[in-house]
Amino acid sequence: MRGPVSELPLVFEAVCYAVGGTQILRSLDLTIAPGAPSAIIGPNGSGKTTLLRMAMGLLAPTSGRVTWGGQTDPAPRRRAILFQRPVMLRRTAAGNIAYALRQAGCPSARVAGRVEELLAQAGLSGLASRPARRLSGGEQQRLALARALARDPELLLLDEPTANLDPAATRAVEDIVRIAAQSGVKILMASHDLGQVRRLAGDVRFMSAGAMHESAPAAEFFQSAKSPEAQAFLRGDIVT
Amino acid sequence: MLESASAFHLILSGDPTLFAIVRLSLAVSLSAVLLAALVGLPLGGLLALTRFPGRDAVVVLINAFMGLPPVVVGLTVFLLLSRSGPLGSFGLLFTPTAMVIAQAVLITPIIAALTRQTVEDLWSEYRDEMNAMGVGPAQRLATLLYDARFSLVTAMLAGFGRAAAEVGAVMIVGGNIEGFTRTMTTAIALETSKGDLPLAMGLGAILLTLILLINSAAWGVRAIGERQAG
Repeated sequence: MRGPVSELPLVFEAVCYAVGGTQILRSLDLTIAPGAPSAIIGPNGSGKTTLLRMAMGLLAPTSGRVTWGGQTDPAPRRRAILFQRPVMLRRTAAGNIAYALRQAGCPSARVAGRVEELLAQAGLSGLASRPARRLSGGEQQRLALARALARDPELLLLDEPTANLDPAATRAVEDIVRIAAQSGVKILMASHDLGQVRRLAGDVRFMSAGAMHESAPAAEFFQSAKSPEAQAFLRGDIVT
Repeated sequence: MLESASAFHLILSGDPTLFAIVRLSLAVSLSAVLLAALVGLPLGGLLALTRFPGRDAVVVLINAFMGLPPVVVGLTVFLLLSRSGPLGSFGLLFTPTAMVIAQAVLITPIIAALTRQTVEDLWSEYRDEMNAMGVGPAQRLATLLYDARFSLVTAMLAGFGRAAAEVGAVMIVGGNIEGFTRTMTTAIALETSKGDLPLAMGLGAILLTLILLINSAAWGVRAIGERQAG
């Protein structure tokens, strides 16, 4: 399924995005290269979700440009996204993964085997024939993650992957993400959960009010964030 | 009271005339639903997914056509199929085929309008996931129709109910010919006017029972399907 075209580096060049006169992203520059997971943190409304949607090719910039492996074509080739509230297709858990596999061009003969592998990877083997919409929130999130991995992505975008999940479900999702990252999938995640960012991310980008304020290795960022906005955010001050 | 007893006797004795009428009615209405679904499901789905100048007007028109008067549909199909009409050479007037066509015309807007609404609602839910998976337009339509299948059963039932209950269109294009184009509704109208109330009541009872049975079966299939697939 992997094509010859690479999704990386993902590059944002002076990207602006506005809706109805409201500036969501402001002249944003960003380069995401292969390596450890990258995290984008920032307060609500800072533009994290918009950035991820643009990185997925679901939104076009108002100005500036986004490229994937040097290409400007936004059609997803080897990238996938996990939305904060993923939508389950009205099919079984296995049916959801099979659908994603077929869309990704997986040969029919291989679909059943890959479905089993991905369900096992997500710890959902026993729930293969359960209607996806009847699964618990944590199970749905793991299924959505397995469905995203069915695309055999080189770049996996995660939008608040564990918001509203309990600690056990959060750990299960993080384990899958960690394994995916170790197998070479580049993770770009938006998260409010600073503990999660510490656990998973190799580098951190801090944004607020649609602008990128800081970019640093995770350990360095948490130890000595440089921008006043990031320092305030880490202190727990209300940053808008 | 006596008439009710006679009606039940007709049903229980398996009166061949009565059952020939029932069979034809079912065959015509179910065929019309099938034909209307073949047009209405993709049409409704396409309307839900495409944007073009005048789309709103088309949507309003199809919604309005849900209330098409059966006699007007019957008259239009009659004019099309009559010997001097554009389709007269096919010799379909006063045949069950003409009745199927008339009923299909009547219920296609119902199926198309309900499908459009259902698919549009589902699309607003699925849009991001499907775009993220790079699903193309044809596959998108097929997926939405498939995933909305249990809701679309209701659209089909609405169409069947309308077809099975209407009398004006089939009367005009079928001619209510005994043993050939007589359906339950046209027979009820005729027998009532002739004063044969037992047959009219028997047919009425069967018609209501059949509609109830078909709706129950569809409900059961929908419930089982939803339990299995979500």
